[in-house]
Amino acid sequence: MAANHQDNIAESRFDVVVVGGGMIGLSLACAAARVGLDVAVIERVEFEALNSSSFDGRASAIALGSQRMLAAIGVWKYMESSAQPIFDIRVSDRESLLHLHFDHNELDGVAFGYMVENIKIREALLEAASKYSNLFIIAPRTVVAIERSVGNAAVTLDNGRVVKAPLIVACDGRGSPLRAMVGIRAPGWTYPQNAIVCTIEHQFSHDGIAHEKFLSGGPFAVLPLLGKRASLVWTEKTNLAEELYALDDKNFDIEVTKRLGSFLGDAHTIGARYHYPLAMHHAEHYVDHRIALVGDSAHGVHPIAGQGLNMGLRDVAALTEVLINNVRLGLDHGTMEVLQHYERWRRIDNLSMVAVTDVLNRLFVTEGTMIKFSRKVGLAAVNRLPPLKRFFMRHARGTGGSLPRLMDGEVP
Amino acid sequence: MKRSNVTHEIADPSEVNRFAAIAERWWDPSGETSELHHINPARLSYIHDWCCAHFSRDPNIRNPFTGLTVLDVGCGGGLLCEPLTRLGASVIGIDPTPETIHVARAHAAQMELEIDYRIATPNELVSSNNHYNIVLNLEVIEHVSDPFSHTQACAQLLAPGGIMVLSTLNRNFRSFITAIVAAEYILGWLPVGTHRWHRFVKPSELAQHVRDAGLRLANVSGLTLTDGEWEVTTDIGVNYLAIAIKD
Repeated sequence: MAANHQDNIAESRFDVVVVGGGMIGLSLACAAARVGLDVAVIERVEFEALNSSSFDGRASAIALGSQRMLAAIGVWKYMESSAQPIFDIRVSDRESLLHLHFDHNELDGVAFGYMVENIKIREALLEAASKYSNLFIIAPRTVVAIERSVGNAAVTLDNGRVVKAPLIVACDGRGSPLRAMVGIRAPGWTYPQNAIVCTIEHQFSHDGIAHEKFLSGGPFAVLPLLGKRASLVWTEKTNLAEELYALDDKNFDIEVTKRLGSFLGDAHTIGARYHYPLAMHHAEHYVDHRIALVGDSAHGVHPIAGQGLNMGLRDVAALTEVLINNVRLGLDHGTMEVLQHYERWRRIDNLSMVAVTDVLNRLFVTEGTMIKFSRKVGLAAVNRLPPLKRFFMRHARGTGGSLPRLMDGEVP
Repeated sequence: MKRSNVTHEIADPSEVNRFAAIAERWWDPSGETSELHHINPARLSYIHDWCCAHFSRDPNIRNPFTGLTVLDVGCGGGLLCEPLTRLGASVIGIDPTPETIHVARAHAAQMELEIDYRIATPNELVSSNNHYNIVLNLEVIEHVSDPFSHTQACAQLLAPGGIMVLSTLNRNFRSFITAIVAAEYILGWLPVGTHRWHRFVKPSELAQHVRDAGLRLANVSGLTLTDGEWEVTTDIGVNYLAIAIKD
């Protein structure tokens, strides 16, 4: 591991202190370091443990905009060989075969995005982080206190050490302890659903096509991985999910095949399976004096559209651009005036994704004639109206709306 | 950043506390100075871009003004002095109001920035025979009784090859409506009596003062409010900025 990943570095003053060294925290650290800011990342887990597959067996959809940003901040080159391009997205209802079909050729022949296993993303981020001489990872350490003054902020670590910066960024996940410490509330609700995640190996090529089937328990997504493998994100009613999760391999594979159908030929699960409770939350504020929330600490969505990581990466791109624009004018980048630009930029976009994913989930898991009717008409209508379809496709790619420059692959 | 050396000048602790409290209000973006805070990024980007171009400095680095000296005339609480110090310049801020200088010193100490603040006018500095690479003259000329001699003194303080940045308000019907009637009375952005319209300066008059002081006028740009944000534009109808160079 590179020399700047240690617990005994001499520096104690930075431009930004990132609390949380997950995918979003490390992305923010790399982006901030790339534009020339001095960054420290405080991570509670030892980074060797972060790199083990038992820590996180999931895979993530990397939208095109996110991929461009990861390339711009020096991360993509370390994960490119693990990335499966997504050429098509097919959405179907449980009663009919194929209602909605998004083909990348309808845009300009560029892939929608990529599927990459989280462990590969983490490896790439750690590799890229180690290349920045102005990026320091302090692990395994937790933040026990935060103090904010007129001119600065400081976090105290569990070994008594104090690390200072004009801005502290919370990238410490859904339950964000830092968010609680500064008293920002994040209201939300839980879904009566769990997500089961596993990897399958299958007989026929998936041709880079992602499938999302709306089954009675919730969406069942088949996401192509490199080779003849796919990541399944299987949403199911909580009780049933727990039973399914507990099945032995043979019976679990039978249940998978029932839902998957035969288009990939024979299929069986490989490696471990995981299950996660599903919940949604949205912080009342993203910023406070010398504090910014980024990624899951600010918002968590239903995984129905595979947008959680992409939303967080957009936060990273927007915050990085706001910070460097102000730093280059000599302005104090931890003030509310500066940070509110970040919140204004991201809040509407994130809130609309929170709402859309919630409505989609309710629409597709609910039984009832009207709901079924509007669902069928809705999918068919989207398919027949090219402008509307392109709007959804651009969003799937993450290249719509007012984009931070990093999402276009430019370094601000 | 270096620790400020100004705190020892304010010996009485009760005074230190009093000025610290005022400093927070001066620097409170929702307080009386909110419009200055709001307009500050646009003014700074104009100063930054012109000075980087003039002194051939890389505009994308953290401290492009390293090695340059700045005199901020009418510095107020230090809204320009602090950013320019972070950009690497060695900054002197002068203001005739003692309370304002105390506030500026207290805030710089809190930010741990080293800035030389003095209770002075440009005329009082001329005799010292010091010269500065950058002289800032923002929102000052409309507050002085003799703009001609004020500009002369500022020009004398400019080093050869130096650059002066000016800003003021145009004197026309539109500026009367927007700066006085709207900003002070209707919207309440500024305290009533902040501006005296008859002292506003037409661009032609500013150009004359600058030339009479032996400087070359290099640019005049507008500052306008677009979609809630201040921007540098070509509309010089109300707020405007100018660049004058000592060749």
